[in-house]
Amino acid sequence: MNYAQAACQALAEAMRADARVVALGEDVGTGGVFGQYRGLQQEFGAARVIDTPISEATIMGAAVGMALTGLRPVVEMRVVDFALCAIDEIVNQAAKNRYMFGGQGRVPLVARLPIGIWSGSAAQHSQSLEAWFAHIPGLVVVAPATPQDNYSLLTAAIACGDPVVYMEHKELWGMQGEVAAPSSAALGQARVARAGSDMTLVTWSRMLHTALAAAEQAAQQGLSVEVIDLRTIWPWDRELVLESAARTRRLLVAHESVQAAGFGAEIAATAAEELGIPVKRVGGARIPVGYARALEDAARISAPQLLQEIKLFANGADRRRSMA
Amino acid sequence: MQASTPAANASHGEHLLSLYRTMARIRAFENAAEEASRGSVAAFGATSDAAALVRGPLHLSTGQEAVAAGVCANLARSDYLTSTHRGHGHTLAKGADTTAMMCELFGRAAGSNKGKGGSMHIADFGVGMLGANGVVAAGIPIAVGAAHSAKIRGSRAIVACFFGDGAINRGPFLEGLNWAKIFELPVLFVCEDNRYSATTATDAMTAGEGAAARARGIGLPAETVDGNDVLAVDAAARELVARIRAGGGPQFLHALTYRVKGHVSVDAAAYRDQGEVEQALESDPLKLAGQRLAALGIAAGRIAAADAEARAEIEAAVAAAHAARPPEPAEAYADIQDTGAGQWR
Repeated sequence: MNYAQAACQALAEAMRADARVVALGEDVGTGGVFGQYRGLQQEFGAARVIDTPISEATIMGAAVGMALTGLRPVVEMRVVDFALCAIDEIVNQAAKNRYMFGGQGRVPLVARLPIGIWSGSAAQHSQSLEAWFAHIPGLVVVAPATPQDNYSLLTAAIACGDPVVYMEHKELWGMQGEVAAPSSAALGQARVARAGSDMTLVTWSRMLHTALAAAEQAAQQGLSVEVIDLRTIWPWDRELVLESAARTRRLLVAHESVQAAGFGAEIAATAAEELGIPVKRVGGARIPVGYARALEDAARISAPQLLQEIKLFANGADRRRSMA
Repeated sequence: MQASTPAANASHGEHLLSLYRTMARIRAFENAAEEASRGSVAAFGATSDAAALVRGPLHLSTGQEAVAAGVCANLARSDYLTSTHRGHGHTLAKGADTTAMMCELFGRAAGSNKGKGGSMHIADFGVGMLGANGVVAAGIPIAVGAAHSAKIRGSRAIVACFFGDGAINRGPFLEGLNWAKIFELPVLFVCEDNRYSATTATDAMTAGEGAAARARGIGLPAETVDGNDVLAVDAAARELVARIRAGGGPQFLHALTYRVKGHVSVDAAAYRDQGEVEQALESDPLKLAGQRLAALGIAAGRIAAADAEARAEIEAAVAAAHAARPPEPAEAYADIQDTGAGQWR
């Protein structure tokens, strides 16, 4: 099963089990542009798998109204870049509703905002903005990296009573993997994807696979890297990360999103404050994602680049090197 | 007014008196809130006073009460309502408790929102009032979603969606009306047109023929009504609500009124012509309704009693709000989210 099918299965199971679960957004009736809603309208009908106009603000705002009145909507935003047309509805409405109105209502919705560089799609279809949403009280932020987690975490997100910003990666849709149901993954739980002892490498989403490749290379060169897939950006699993970092005494965070003010800074700063250990960030350059392959590549972090950073860090060379 | 026989006049008068009471209660509530808000916010040249009991921006709907009263008279408790930053009237008319509302404005734990929202976010979900909103037009998509939900769930509830004239220049207005129409949702859109977008005359900022024409352009039946004439608002709302309940899809009411006060309570509104304000005061909705009540044979004493009862109710609400306690500081960490609760840094 691939990453898109895993999500589709999670949603279908949730819709079978609970009549309150509905999906709405552009093109969901024809299966979604990534196939992540394939077959759902045939099974559940157009009243529950709702094709909508290209009206992001109202897709998200209507989902808030639905959630307040007894439904559990799953909101399709196609890519996080488009969700910026609905930022008021996410930040001021969905996230604030429960608090601002003194707990009178709940907003149990899942907003699917896929992140990541999507080959050849340039600056407005390639951003990774998880740090923006991690900054907003009221929101849960999730970024699954595998088919199993896309199944498990989407299931958990739909069951969660809070508004969840659910960030799949656009270059993982076709990724194949085993999916065991029922799932046991909970929101807020990170996972040790590879055990190691020389440093802790925290990552999420597609960068997990880059990190695992780099860790494998590092192992061949005698460096044992523990790779943690954070999975939930907020609330992030401080316990697991700090336990690992306390053991390895080095913490490196790698993410595809822009390094400056990225969520890696939060994790690195926490580890430095709590443990007083060396920390390091490896994130994207603060440049828009360009169209031409050479430009797009400049915005990516490759496994060899990450390996180089791992080696420098392990050798105590904490000062940032140029990645050019 | 179709009443002509004495019996019909009497029945009509009693109905109008009921609408008048709602308006009088809104007026009394806002007068008291205004009084308690002196020095509430540093804006329009005013400085803030730490002693102000009602803090922050207070948007008054004084002079606009007929829109809230006339529309909400046609809603059931189980119907929904979304409102704007100028939402006291809608909330009260939908049936919210004035003591809980005043406690909210005073920032008390017993407030409708536990002191977390204040005037701009006043809400009472218990009577279907899904919230005032600090963002112009933001209630429109939420109203549409509540109506869509009602349709999906097979509920008979309808939604009244209030917004101002300024909102028709925001994207969610177009998106929300279009959405309501394509899904034929049970929504009554109410454009409460008080002619001002904060301190700017809306006319100068609005192309075309205005709110009702825009609604018709999207296929919604639209009525324009004198928003200071509570009977006219009531009659129009009754007709539109009946159509919605009969499955006629979304309807649009454009109610023309006037914002007698400034944008917020500390705004003296010096940017507009005083003659314009004086003219508007001539058609004050309470004054008009009072004249009409007299013409329908309602004794002056009963009208005065309605005013006195409204003032007494609000005085009691103010007294209760004075006596109520503020929220505990720990309440700042409650009702945010369940997943991740406790992880605040």
